[in-house]
Amino acid sequence: MSIKGKAYIAGIYEHPTRKADDKTLAQLHAEVAKGALEDAGLTKADVDGYFCAGDAPGRGVLSMADYLGLKLSHYDGTDSGGSSYIVHVGHAAEAIAAGKCKVALITLAGRPRAEGMATGTAPRNVTGDTPEGSFEFPYGPATANMYAMCAMRHMYEFGTTSEQLAWIKVAASHHAQWNEHAMLRDVVTVEEVVNSPMIADPLHRLDCCVISDGGGAIIVVAREIAKSLKRPLVKLVGAGEAPKGQMGGKIDLTYSGAVWSGPAAFAEAGVKPSDMKYVSIYDSFTITVLMQLEDLGFCEKGKGGRLVADGNLISGTGKLPFNTDGGGLCNNHPANRGGLTKVLEAVRQLRGEAHPKVQVKHCDLALAHGTGGLLGSRHGSATVIMERE
Amino acid sequence: MVTLAKDRKLPAPTPNLETQQYWDGAAAGKLMVKFCLDCKQPHHYPRALCPHCFSDRTEWRAVSGKGKIYSYSVMRRAPVPYAIAYVTLDEGVTMMTNIVACDFDALRIGQPVTVVFQPSDGGPPVPMFKPV
Repeated sequence: MSIKGKAYIAGIYEHPTRKADDKTLAQLHAEVAKGALEDAGLTKADVDGYFCAGDAPGRGVLSMADYLGLKLSHYDGTDSGGSSYIVHVGHAAEAIAAGKCKVALITLAGRPRAEGMATGTAPRNVTGDTPEGSFEFPYGPATANMYAMCAMRHMYEFGTTSEQLAWIKVAASHHAQWNEHAMLRDVVTVEEVVNSPMIADPLHRLDCCVISDGGGAIIVVAREIAKSLKRPLVKLVGAGEAPKGQMGGKIDLTYSGAVWSGPAAFAEAGVKPSDMKYVSIYDSFTITVLMQLEDLGFCEKGKGGRLVADGNLISGTGKLPFNTDGGGLCNNHPANRGGLTKVLEAVRQLRGEAHPKVQVKHCDLALAHGTGGLLGSRHGSATVIMERE
Repeated sequence: MVTLAKDRKLPAPTPNLETQQYWDGAAAGKLMVKFCLDCKQPHHYPRALCPHCFSDRTEWRAVSGKGKIYSYSVMRRAPVPYAIAYVTLDEGVTMMTNIVACDFDALRIGQPVTVVFQPSDGGPPVPMFKPV
């Protein structure tokens, strides 16, 4: 059974806050849910499927379904870090295709900034009660250095340069200047990126995403419901997911799980990378984008540096417009989880509702891809492909 | 530039039923690796069942403690900067570690290293590596 053409994204919402001192975590989930339902033209009573991940408070789905007052026939609390919500879109389509629900709500929210988390530079989940814990946390695996080791190896194997990585941030900043909600709206240069302070070699401060509060929600619905609504039709045509770990010590940091999730999604959709008019690519760090683009097949392995350089990712002038909301590098990264917002901007592009300065012309086929967890140890990869009908 | 590694406080590992011998080995100055008697491959971190072939016939072996840096990153934004790394042991398995007793600015991928055991905060010592 395929999900192709069985489900549509009917509603989206991105919380405008970037620092939520005055709101609780559960409240943010409720506000984004309400926003996405209003966008779709649906009500809470229509929701019969609910999806959330590790950012949700309490006991995940159970706490949130109760808090939100949902009556459900299907729920899914899959957590694979920031990629969870792209996984959820695929799972929602599967559930709809199988007749388990008709209106699926996916929510994400977080307030790491209000809580003062040292998100990228302090080790998280320091515990010995996981199989790998004692073999890792004494060594200080934070977020930044676990992506940095991938960048270091990529540079060693393929000659990738800091300047090439910097182009990814430069492109994101060109887009963010048009987004009134973006945290960082100043256009930056390659020189500014490579001269920003070193965080974890070889990643500089401007190679890293922002820390932000906020959240977002997505409504995935069955075909007959999508047709009954007044929104543009954004059809799901392919999805793939795959985890990648340390493979028992046969560690290879040069590729991500996108080498599996990407081909699965493309095969289901019956399209290829060069067909994509727009891509949303998880940008926790610049290296994340470069590796994922290679692994999804937008260029040969090792040639990502050339692909992203010289403004090639900038909408309007580049060949492969990406993250036209400014992405995690400039716009937001709610709950330190960037997968959901990747889907939102892809839907805006397909609807023709992106900012006019970054809207891709005739955008009828788009991809959203995310990496969750730590690229250098264990991560989940998820890909969805959407088509404007 | 020269940036010399300094000692930092290491959180204590917590040995369990599957890993006690690894940490006992570390306390005795030996780096222990699990090998599979069926597929003949080493693995890390250690498990009761081989993650390659799922055999339950695995055994501990003390290894040379020599290897090469597969990748590394110096965390500059930390109270005490440190170099996280993956080291590929001569026996063919790659493990997460830190590089210590070194000039951070002179580290490079492929550099030969050898194991040293660093005290943890109230637990068994932790295997780390220094340049040869």
